[in-house]
Amino acid sequence: MNPLVQIAAESENPLFPPIPELVIGLIAFVIVFGFLGKKLLPNINKVLEERREAIEGGIEKAEAAQTEAQSVLEQYKAQLAEARHEAARLRQEAHEQGATLIAEMRAEGQRQREEIVAAGHAQIEADRKAAASALRQDVGKLATELAGKLVGESLEDHARQSRVIDRFLDELEEKAEAAR
Amino acid sequence: MSADPTQVLAFETDCHIFNGCGFPAPGLHSFLFKPLWGDGDSNLYFNKTMLLALLGSIVIVGFFWVAFRKPKVVPGKFQMVGEAAYDFVRRGIVYETIGKREGEKYVPFMVSLFFFVWMMNLWSIIPVAQFPVTAIISYPLVLAVIVWFTWIILTFKRHGFVGFFKNVTGYDPTIGPVLPLSMSIEFFSNILVRPFTHAVRLFANMFAGHTLLLLFTLASWYLLNGIGIAYAGVSFVMVLLMTAFELFIQAVQAYVFVLLACSYVQGALAEHH
Repeated sequence: MNPLVQIAAESENPLFPPIPELVIGLIAFVIVFGFLGKKLLPNINKVLEERREAIEGGIEKAEAAQTEAQSVLEQYKAQLAEARHEAARLRQEAHEQGATLIAEMRAEGQRQREEIVAAGHAQIEADRKAAASALRQDVGKLATELAGKLVGESLEDHARQSRVIDRFLDELEEKAEAAR
Repeated sequence: MSADPTQVLAFETDCHIFNGCGFPAPGLHSFLFKPLWGDGDSNLYFNKTMLLALLGSIVIVGFFWVAFRKPKVVPGKFQMVGEAAYDFVRRGIVYETIGKREGEKYVPFMVSLFFFVWMMNLWSIIPVAQFPVTAIISYPLVLAVIVWFTWIILTFKRHGFVGFFKNVTGYDPTIGPVLPLSMSIEFFSNILVRPFTHAVRLFANMFAGHTLLLLFTLASWYLLNGIGIAYAGVSFVMVLLMTAFELFIQAVQAYVFVLLACSYVQGALAEHH
């Protein structure tokens, strides 16, 4: 008789578990569980963890970079504002300096002009005085000589001579005043 | 797999309708295999289901070996698929039932269980193999027993002897005089029925699925004569539909098996009042 028919007859109930299949089933499952549980799943867990950290690390890095960029921007803005302020200050200073310089130059010019004018006046005055005194002497001498020649005698008395001349000149000046 | 249990395939015979040949209906004999090695009378033999079970293990380990042997932070193709599969069981089943904190410890077991059961089911529609290993009660039973032991040991560890007893019997003095009845039913249900139903649910589904596939496949061949050819066509369409349906059922049964295992573990870990 065919052995399989015998088996079929003996274990007609499909819920009756054949022992060798139980053993092989156990072995097969243990193989899978052993490899997956001991090596392969811990492997992948480690990598999943690494990946999670890498992603979080990346986010942190990006945040740090953003913060740095922000601070650099603020620094730059501050520097820019400072530079603008400085430029304005310099311009103001230059402006003031220019104004002072112009005022100084003007004052100097004024002073020099006045000096020149005053010097001119003094010169003229001195020249006039010198001319007047020279003229007075020359006129006296000429008049005396003229008078001596006209009178025919030399007027010996110098003092009297002088008095006459002075009186004559004063008269001349009075006439000149009156004519003016 | 014909009426004559000599392991000839249906189309190797010349048995057709109107030929004076009876329909070689599938039956229990369809689930018996002549040993490839050894003696079927003794317990020392090796047959097709055992070969498929071991091959299935190698396929699973092989796939995860390729996927997870040298995993990278930026995954390759296999690793990506492997991660998706791993994550499905981890998040979709274990975290959902046991919770992330307590469940993490049981993830490797549940992942192994899911892919083992699924692979054993898948053999059903893989050409040449075409037999769900889980349609032999021994395979689901051994898995159910492992889960059952895990559950018992965990309950003992977590609750002690008295706690275990209360947990198993659903001890609740507030329900009054029906307590002894309730306790005996709960005990019977948890200790004896639980591993049995856990195993049989998977076994029966795969057994029935395989029988249906066999029925329509055999009928397609048997009806291939005269007017029967039209019916053979209908039967063949049913083969295709049932194959697609089986593909779905195989995944669902693997999912249910692991989901139940998780819910048992969760019950063991939970505080019982």
